[in-house]
Amino acid sequence: MSHRLGIDVGGTNTDVVLLNSDNEVVAKTKVAVTTDIVTGIRTAVAQVLDSSGINPAQITHAMLGTTQVTNAIIERSELNDVAIIRLGAPATRAVKPLAGWPEDLRERYAKYSWIVGGGHEFDGREIAPLDEEELQSIAHCVKGNVGAVAVTGVFSPVNTSHEERAARIFREVLGEDIPISLSYQLGSVGLLERENATVLNAAVSNVAKRATLSFQQALVDLDVYADLYLAQNDGTLMSVDYALLYPILTIACGPTNSMRGAAHLTGMANAVVVDVGGTSTDVGVLVNGFPRESFVAVDVGGVRTNFRMPDLYSLGLGGGSLVIEKGDDVTVGPKSVGYRIVQEGRAFGGSTTTFTDVVVALNKAKVGTHEVDVPHELADTAYKMAIQKVAEAVDRMKTSAKPVPLVLVGGGSVLLPNEFEGVSEVHRPENFDVANAIGAAIAQVSGRVDRIFAMDKKSRDEVLEEAKSIAFAEAIRAGADASTMEVVEVEEVPIAYLPGNAVRIKVTVAGTLASYHAESRVNSPDVRADANADY
Amino acid sequence: MKRLIHAEDIEYLALGATVLGTGGGGDPYIGALMAVQAIENHGPIELVSIDELDDDALVIPSAMMGAPTVMIEKMPSGDEPIQAFQQLEKFLGRKAAATVTIEAGGLNSTIPFVVAAELGIPVVDADGMGRAFPEIPMTTLHVGGILATPMMVVDEKGNSVLLSTKDNAWTEALSRNATITMGGSSMLALYSAEAKRMRNNLVHGTISKAIQIGKLLAKHEDTSVRLANLLKFVGGEELFRGKITDVMRRTVGGFARGTVSAEGLSKDEGAVCRLEFQNENLIAIRNGTPIATVPDLITVLDQETIRPITTEELRYGQRVVVIGIPCADVWRRPECLELVGPRYFGYDINFTPLDVPVSL
Repeated sequence: MSHRLGIDVGGTNTDVVLLNSDNEVVAKTKVAVTTDIVTGIRTAVAQVLDSSGINPAQITHAMLGTTQVTNAIIERSELNDVAIIRLGAPATRAVKPLAGWPEDLRERYAKYSWIVGGGHEFDGREIAPLDEEELQSIAHCVKGNVGAVAVTGVFSPVNTSHEERAARIFREVLGEDIPISLSYQLGSVGLLERENATVLNAAVSNVAKRATLSFQQALVDLDVYADLYLAQNDGTLMSVDYALLYPILTIACGPTNSMRGAAHLTGMANAVVVDVGGTSTDVGVLVNGFPRESFVAVDVGGVRTNFRMPDLYSLGLGGGSLVIEKGDDVTVGPKSVGYRIVQEGRAFGGSTTTFTDVVVALNKAKVGTHEVDVPHELADTAYKMAIQKVAEAVDRMKTSAKPVPLVLVGGGSVLLPNEFEGVSEVHRPENFDVANAIGAAIAQVSGRVDRIFAMDKKSRDEVLEEAKSIAFAEAIRAGADASTMEVVEVEEVPIAYLPGNAVRIKVTVAGTLASYHAESRVNSPDVRADANADY
Repeated sequence: MKRLIHAEDIEYLALGATVLGTGGGGDPYIGALMAVQAIENHGPIELVSIDELDDDALVIPSAMMGAPTVMIEKMPSGDEPIQAFQQLEKFLGRKAAATVTIEAGGLNSTIPFVVAAELGIPVVDADGMGRAFPEIPMTTLHVGGILATPMMVVDEKGNSVLLSTKDNAWTEALSRNATITMGGSSMLALYSAEAKRMRNNLVHGTISKAIQIGKLLAKHEDTSVRLANLLKFVGGEELFRGKITDVMRRTVGGFARGTVSAEGLSKDEGAVCRLEFQNENLIAIRNGTPIATVPDLITVLDQETIRPITTEELRYGQRVVVIGIPCADVWRRPECLELVGPRYFGYDINFTPLDVPVSL
């Protein structure tokens, strides 16, 4: 029987689950995150192998959610130099690449940045022919000086040809090894934000490579030779090859894994999910089983980006949040003891009062090893304040005043009550504490399209059909089994002041990994057409 | 006293102009970055009152036209507004003494600063709407009988169109077509006139007002204090506080129209509010009764940050405060309401003035 590993490296814990082919949890564990990340993973995986008695050879897939890319950007560590190429001249010169970036990053990256002739109009016409000669000379100029290339063309979500041609030119000069990030693969309309995402993506390519290799090594050390996949921001998986090209898409996979896990564990496709960790609580929304996506520009390490990110409301509140009394005032969080809760929290014999201790003192949950003595009034005030914050966050994420079901996951969720205002029912599924690792393990692969289409020459149905078939093709490219693919989301946004009833259409599809069922693996276009016929 | 606009003022300007832009007026982020880059290259820009200019001084307004979606993707080269300006100067055979903004929107409030920085001329502290509107004739300059033409429409590729039209309605139609052919966005120089003609046909003090609004919103004060300060400063009122429960959008004749529904919170618990927009917010209806109508300003603010939300950004679940700000006096004249009142935009209701004293 084949088994799968789901691994989620969070801020506090590394969670690992082992699932059998019926998606049942065979073993699970939680270990503290180690500074090198990999040691913690190795320890945790060894533990689930040990406790389950499963032969490592039976593990066919390993799915990983990691915070390493996020950390690298926030800490500015291990980032590599990037050749930044914008295809858009003579347009777009009024705002140069890196505009609005934090000073330290801007200084570092400004050296290798160009705006080259090329790019397209909203309807696919060329703004200018691609300046191949200049691209050639830039390629020679950066050879040996940069670790990656980021190419962003104006309206590349409408017409990808210039970005792709530019990539070929760089490839010829710089060789096969250098990662080349293309913006149309990453973000949507909004040049600067998409370019920023592309540059960040290129900047973390070495981090991603090292991280992926060390994960692979950690598994190999334990005789696990599984296909490795990385969890990405929309709650789906990408192959290692794809993750090496687009590592930035892993940045918020932790909360999305939790939400996918919550959907799987409860069978609920539409609900609010509250994921309580050691330092923070993320509130997200499941729509048709997938995390709702954010529509606004998202700040990553001080840089404004527009690649797909989950719509989250994050609170500086978790099991390890410090409870501080200042005169009559009581605060809970955002400061936290994090993973040191097991040494420092009162419930574990330490001397620091945390949110966990308040809940234990009020007898609302049993956590830890020690009795906790906190003045009742202080505990009561702190608890009410914390719960109120969570309730407000839940309400914020709802789409109507109608009561919605709520799913509680994450290790710290035992601290929350069974009732919330505006909530129809509270679910605490079995294995809630490792929902994130389960979410990674059961994840599917996706395909998507986000482009501007003209609705005047074709019917709305024809245009939607076209968009869907592009998304299906993408999903198959990413490794999805065509027979299992489903449309997850369709969004249409009409665009002002453009002719031809221009509409921005976003379609996301998802399906099971084709390699789960090797015998039904399909690549033929005929099968894809069949899959389309359902829509 | 010489008043200089520095790079740090631009961010306030763009933020404040977005409040006056009533949900439209373009992306303030791109406009602000352009103006900041221009000031970094050429130094701060002088802001003058129109009264400081000689009667015969030529003033040429600068603006952009087109789809906000195009502007955030195909940003300008930065040369187009200068080209438009200088080509119009050449056609008129004289140099302009200053430029001025046509509308108080996030993007168009900043474009004249790009021109002024490059050419070393001042920007007039005024605009031609006191808010944002979607069409070229919807300006106080038009009301004052000034023709938008001769007008230059310029793209980043080096194309320019000189328009000479019989009236401003034709200008709207022809320039819009040129803009679409140019790729959906263009830069304009239009509505040129001597200072003595401009003087009575502008909304005065708009730039300094927008900067002040931006500063009020950027202050690290309690949100209710910030909101109160804003309302006091603009002479506006809070219309509704609630949560957006539905956003419906449709494209009609190239414009993004839509309807937003919101359910009341706190003091408005139990009430519902509907907003109709066409790029800009046009009408606010509370429990079936219109409480604010175009041309008065209706602006949606995020409840938590007290920052303006554009109509493109409106989403389910947002907690918002809807505020109303009285428009410039001129718009309340009957002949002007024909140009910019609810009926012009296709709503079968009369203009309902906000019942607060007009402060402009």
